[in-house]
Amino acid sequence: MRDEAVRALRRVVAAIVLAGLVLAPWAVDDYTAALLARTLALGLVGVSVALLTGVAGLPTLGQTAPYAAGAYASAVVGSRLSDVGVAHLAVAAVAGAALAAATVPLVVSARGVIVLMITLAVGELAVIVAGRWRSVTGGTDGLAGVPPVRPLWGLPVLATDRARYLYVLVVVAVLVGAVLLILRTRAGLLLRARRDDEARLRASGHRVPAQVAAVHVAAGAVAGAAGSLLVVAQQFVSPADFGFDTSALLLLGVVVGGAASIGGALVGAVIVIAARDWLFGVLPGHAPLVLGLAFVVTVYLLPGETHRSGLRSRLLPGSPARPAGAGTERPEPTGVRA
Amino acid sequence: MTPLLSARGVTVRYGALAALDGVDLRVEYGQRHALIGPNGAGKTTLLDVLAGATRAGAGHVSLAGRDVTRLGPAARARRGVGRIHQRPAVWSTLTATENVVVAALPHVVRPGRWRPGARRPAAERAAGAWLDRVGLREVAAVPAGQLAHGQRRQLEIAMALAGRPRLLLLDEPAAGLSAVEVGRLVEFLRVLPRAVAVLLVEHRLDLVYALCDQVSVLRDGRTVATGTPAEIRASGEVRQAYAEGMP
Amino acid sequence: MAVDFRIDPYLVPALDGVAYGLLVFVAAAGLVLCFGVAGILNLAHGTLYAIGGYTAAALLDGGWPSLLLALAVGVVAATAAGALVAGLLTRVAARSHLTQALLTFGVALVGGSLLVGAFGPDDPPVRVPAALDGSVAVAGHRYAAYRLVFIVVAGVLAVLLHLAVRRTRAGMLVRAAVDDAEMVAVLGVNPAWIRVGVLAAAGALAGAAGVLGAPIIGPGPDTADAVLLLSLVVVVLGGLGSMTGTLLAALAVGQIQTLGVALVPSAAPFLLFAAMAVVLAVRARGLATARRAS
Repeated sequence: MRDEAVRALRRVVAAIVLAGLVLAPWAVDDYTAALLARTLALGLVGVSVALLTGVAGLPTLGQTAPYAAGAYASAVVGSRLSDVGVAHLAVAAVAGAALAAATVPLVVSARGVIVLMITLAVGELAVIVAGRWRSVTGGTDGLAGVPPVRPLWGLPVLATDRARYLYVLVVVAVLVGAVLLILRTRAGLLLRARRDDEARLRASGHRVPAQVAAVHVAAGAVAGAAGSLLVVAQQFVSPADFGFDTSALLLLGVVVGGAASIGGALVGAVIVIAARDWLFGVLPGHAPLVLGLAFVVTVYLLPGETHRSGLRSRLLPGSPARPAGAGTERPEPTGVRA
Repeated sequence: MTPLLSARGVTVRYGALAALDGVDLRVEYGQRHALIGPNGAGKTTLLDVLAGATRAGAGHVSLAGRDVTRLGPAARARRGVGRIHQRPAVWSTLTATENVVVAALPHVVRPGRWRPGARRPAAERAAGAWLDRVGLREVAAVPAGQLAHGQRRQLEIAMALAGRPRLLLLDEPAAGLSAVEVGRLVEFLRVLPRAVAVLLVEHRLDLVYALCDQVSVLRDGRTVATGTPAEIRASGEVRQAYAEGMP
Repeated sequence: MAVDFRIDPYLVPALDGVAYGLLVFVAAAGLVLCFGVAGILNLAHGTLYAIGGYTAAALLDGGWPSLLLALAVGVVAATAAGALVAGLLTRVAARSHLTQALLTFGVALVGGSLLVGAFGPDDPPVRVPAALDGSVAVAGHRYAAYRLVFIVVAGVLAVLLHLAVRRTRAGMLVRAAVDDAEMVAVLGVNPAWIRVGVLAAAGALAGAAGVLGAPIIGPGPDTADAVLLLSLVVVVLGGLGSMTGTLLAALAVGQIQTLGVALVPSAAPFLLFAAMAVVLAVRARGLATARRAS
């Protein structure tokens, strides 16, 4: 009963938020439009988090790394080479995918909470690198003064915050649509099967590590593209945009929105980020305190996922406290216990 | 003649405990081979080793003459090993049809070539045919998690066969089935083409004697006897093995 | 007679690395415990360290009694905080480990905010006991006395930890739980008490590390994050449940952060990243060949 109520609530809230996002350009001022554009970009990163966490069953706190890679790549290209938005998107997606590909060996054999730990470390280290690599990223000052983009060759430059917001909205809609379409294909089936019972997938002959790598790279590309949108929205980028707080907020938003649902994750991420911005505006000194309390309360209020297909049982293989890959001789557990 | 499957000296140790202690086993092409023995003899562990899910500490496993000891379950499945688990392992959020489609995928799509069978409608038709053969046509669109135990067992069989195995490993397939379902299972295995060899772990000796050409007896991690059902039934080893295995 | 004291560019950072590494080990040992025994990813772990550090800043006045007092208060406070986290986790214990991680993150935010609210946004200074506030000669070079003593003390702590895990009944339970938590549940030990136990122990260790290590990794608004990151890296590198592995990993990380930085100044985060990549890849390959090689 409670699950039903929560599902209905999610749908209503999602409808309201999506309607709001579409109507925003005509209803808000420039400053809010810019803020919303950045929030939407983060929402797209939330989609990449959901792709890994909910759909693939590989929870992550490290999507800020490909997000940052995409943002910096986009800023560099935008400052020196081209001002075409689509080109930025392509470069940023490739940068995000490349970073994800580089980190795949770290996570491909790990499952569950261990992936959380490794991705957290990766995300943090990426931010530290961004802060130190002055020559490329401008260090802790970041890269500013990125000229505004034009969506396609031949189109006029996006000169107002409203125009930039519309561009971000369109790109996010297209990318989310693309992700949803791809998930309808065989790829989506494989991801769900792996989440349900990975050992069974191996026993059927599938090359699971390759599939895991592929979904990481795809999620990296999406996050990288979101980085490009961040630069469009802000015209600058700095390591402060990619703190660990952001990762945790996104994860919370995704879980709140229903991690296995891409649309829900987008809405959830947008809501959480917007709430954080509002809190910071309203209570400048105490925001972390209130935010932390909100985290705790939200987690308490989340519906418990007790059925097998939820996040719960696919988080750790085997017993809850056994770290995966602890070097034991036991075969990977499936529904199989001799 | 080279056997389809050959296990030599297979040993698996958990600390000081030897679950398998130098097991030898031969399964010929098209053979119906049963593995019997008291609880704790190591039968499921042996299946795990043969399927590649557990690495043997010592010994070799060969499939069609080629050494597969170092290969994992996915590689062995691609070489024609299919497996039915004690507790039916199916993908609960996928429908029955989707289960069979996914199980068949690695055997249909070859990298670099796009076979017609790989396309969605054709794959679903093929899956439907398998579901027909195991009697699950009506529940084709039902998520596997909602199927009854017996239906999930049938589904797993369809999934294993859709992978076109040369060797089917069955771990107590009759467990938890009603009398009617067992009858259906026996009939199904009886009419299975000889292109598929079967290695069957089973406690029910009536099934073993009805279905199998060859029986191996496992006790305390070792093969203590192997022969035709008649030979095994007549020998004292089986009785002794089971008697000593009983509490 | 004038003696020429040189500052060796490598010896001092190397010694620093040992001090740093031992500190990170004691700090991370609690995280290993939480994770290995109860599968809890406690994102508030850094906050426990920070509690110890801030206690040191508040209570140390240069005298020995203040050090002992700070140690006592810091350990008690951090232990209590750990137990509190365990209590909060009880409500969500039946749910996914993901939600538990998120909950502890919320606690970290609250804790960090409270500490910064009480102590201000800057890094508070820490006063080392006067007797140790100087340098000694080590093999012809000058080295900070406190760090030298710290190396000894932390080393003793590490040995005690090792003995506790290997020789006591609690330690046996811990090792059993790391191997198979279900088995421990079967033994009739209440999982809620296990949670409280490991989190309190983690708090005690982190708090002690925070107090004693305050002159090395001092308290401040960023301390919790930094310590959490270091602990995570060390736990992952060390094999997720092995104290010895964690010790070795911590020492290695300590050297990377000090000697590595001295040798190649801007490369430390890359080095950490590379170290993680290499170790994880090697271990994955080792696991793969041990279990399956498809």
